[in-house]
Amino acid sequence: MAGAIELTGIEKRYGGHVALAGVSLAVQPGEFTALVGGSGSGKTTLLKTINGLVTPDAGEVRVQGEGAADQPPHLLRRKIGYVFQEIGLFPHLSVAENIAITPKLLGWAPDRIGPRVAALLELVALPSEVAGRAPSELSGGQRQRVGVARALAAEPKIMLMDEPFGALDPLTRDQLGADYRGLHERLGLTTLMVTHDMAEAVLLADRIVVLSAGRIVADGRPAELLAKTTDPEVRALLEAPKRQADRLRAKLGEAP
Amino acid sequence: MNARLAAAWALLPEYLGWHVLLSASALLLGVAISLPLAVAASRSARLRWPVLAGASLIQTIPSLALLALFYPVLLAVSALSLRLVGRGFPALGFLPSLLALTLYSMLPILRNGAAAILGVDRAIREAADGVGMTPRQSLFQVELPLAAPVIMAGVRTAAVWTIGAATLSTPVGQTSLGNYIFAGLQTENWVFVLFGCAASAALALIADQLLGLVEAGARKRSRGLTLAGLAGLAVGVALALLPLASFGKPGSYVIGAKNFSEQYILADLMAQRLQAEGASVQRKEDLGSAVAYRALAAGEIDAYVDYSGTLWTNVLQRADNPGRKPVLDQLTAELKRRDGVVVLGSLGFENAYAFVMRPDRAAALHIASIADLAREAPHLTLGSDLEFLSRPEWKAVQAAYGLAFKTQRSYQPTFMYRALTGGEADVISAFSSDGRIAADHLVVVSDPKAAIQPYDAVVLISPKRAQDARLLAALKPMIGKVSVEAMREANLSVDRDQRKATPAEAATALRKRLGL
Repeated sequence: MAGAIELTGIEKRYGGHVALAGVSLAVQPGEFTALVGGSGSGKTTLLKTINGLVTPDAGEVRVQGEGAADQPPHLLRRKIGYVFQEIGLFPHLSVAENIAITPKLLGWAPDRIGPRVAALLELVALPSEVAGRAPSELSGGQRQRVGVARALAAEPKIMLMDEPFGALDPLTRDQLGADYRGLHERLGLTTLMVTHDMAEAVLLADRIVVLSAGRIVADGRPAELLAKTTDPEVRALLEAPKRQADRLRAKLGEAP
Repeated sequence: MNARLAAAWALLPEYLGWHVLLSASALLLGVAISLPLAVAASRSARLRWPVLAGASLIQTIPSLALLALFYPVLLAVSALSLRLVGRGFPALGFLPSLLALTLYSMLPILRNGAAAILGVDRAIREAADGVGMTPRQSLFQVELPLAAPVIMAGVRTAAVWTIGAATLSTPVGQTSLGNYIFAGLQTENWVFVLFGCAASAALALIADQLLGLVEAGARKRSRGLTLAGLAGLAVGVALALLPLASFGKPGSYVIGAKNFSEQYILADLMAQRLQAEGASVQRKEDLGSAVAYRALAAGEIDAYVDYSGTLWTNVLQRADNPGRKPVLDQLTAELKRRDGVVVLGSLGFENAYAFVMRPDRAAALHIASIADLAREAPHLTLGSDLEFLSRPEWKAVQAAYGLAFKTQRSYQPTFMYRALTGGEADVISAFSSDGRIAADHLVVVSDPKAAIQPYDAVVLISPKRAQDARLLAALKPMIGKVSVEAMREANLSVDRDQRKATPAEAATALRKRLGL
């Protein structure tokens, strides 16, 4: 069976800077994969090659068996949910209009869009009365919930998320992360999430891919990754959340 | 005062109608051209610089010059189109004004438009791509709606500029609120000047407020406000245009006038005689000297009064001076042969250029002729009207007498006399039929070498009206009837400070005095 996302030998250069130096990666349907790495490691660039926001200089991108280069990028993007840190809600549209945007572009009938928006608000745990509000009237957490609902509106099977919860306060972030993981299960999504937070990656993802200087340096389930990696940098990265948890426990004392 | 205010009010429907029609058309055209250009400029960095720099460059051209420049350009294009497709178009009036004002309105719309589209948050553009919009959908559904308030602010600026600059379309023959200002300046009718300024300012304020409503609607995303603003604009324009519907019937005569009192009076006199014959008459006033003749030759005006010396030097490019009668005869033959223009005849008086001084100053310096003047000129200041120094007559006088002044200053004719009586100028280039010469007891410096050509006032008829019986019947009786004394008195009644008459009143008085 074909993978949901197949990347082969992806290269991308910005002037003299090499962002991606030949990356190959296959993501299976239903997988929740975290792309981890320091800033400048190429993780965001890699994510954007999948929905055509970045065109690779070399290599092939296949999404659900189809070559990304073989179709107009806007048609490809309507089949893929995209959530990013800045959210990018359209300020001149209401919450409901924001959520309805991709179905509208796809030409859905209005009597199909209305119920879909209502269902999505419920899915991302927002009260139905926010539908008519402007994005500026919402809190940061509520806005990103709208961002997730908008990405899910046209029933994509694949979700690309770029530091989706990075700008939120820790409590909201934790709650939203857990809620999204639940959605991933319920809807049978394939999720690829960029994060620089290893704890978030370990807690949410089935699989962690570590990038460094445009190359994949580690790839596997969180537990087995820690067991088998020999790269000291990757090891340090993976152990960071554990060390943090130990230090927290020492400072706060054992929980009762 | 009340009579003048009443006269100003009576002209308002026509002037305002044209002003609104002109500025609204220019603004609409400006928006229609600038918006796509702004979008293109925001998309392509390579296009951005030349487009914005070009618009800025146009803005640095004084608006009056921009308007004036379109006349010769259109004239050439019209001649070309006449040759190529057998049809010309009017080069005077609405078209040059519309084009110049359109160009003038573009900069604020372009600049605000490009800046506003470029200013849309990068995250929102990325989201538009991310949800699967095409570049076109992103432009129309996201970028333009978000840029709309800033674009509207640019349109407001453009509207205020356009309405202000439209007053300058009067000298290229387009009626506007500027007619109050130009005519008022010439005849020192300050009520007219202020009325014109106030009307154009009020119009600009109203348009600005209504466009402000549209802008607020775009900012607050309130369809009601936007529609209210647009409806207000539409109703305002429609109301202003209503009086024009009954105006400009085909078959009416167009009488031209240059920009000074004598011209207004004589144009009124011709108009009154035509109206007495039952004809409807339109006026094109405040035309530049060269513009007036070409407009007549092109048939855009039907008749006006010009001066033999002006035509001799400017149109026939002659520098010699064979004398008063030969000049008139050769003109009549040459203009007919060259352009088909009919010189109906001399009105009977001359309005020549004359060097004029205050009597005390002339006596003190022992100046009676231009030869005496040449002797003292290196210590004197010449005040002239706006065109004298660039005219061939000035070169002829310079050549004949070796005239060279210490300083030369140009004034509107009215202010030129003020400069002479006030002492800022020692000698001025006046007109011999000017009533102020006698009224102020000024001395005319004689021209023993006859360097200055004769300036008989002649009635000119356009080629297409050459056989028009009604026009000829109305104007022919004026030939040879107007004495220089009668003309000076009529001019003075309009130009003096006290008990001023309007040009129409002066024309009526002149007509009665001459029994026309």
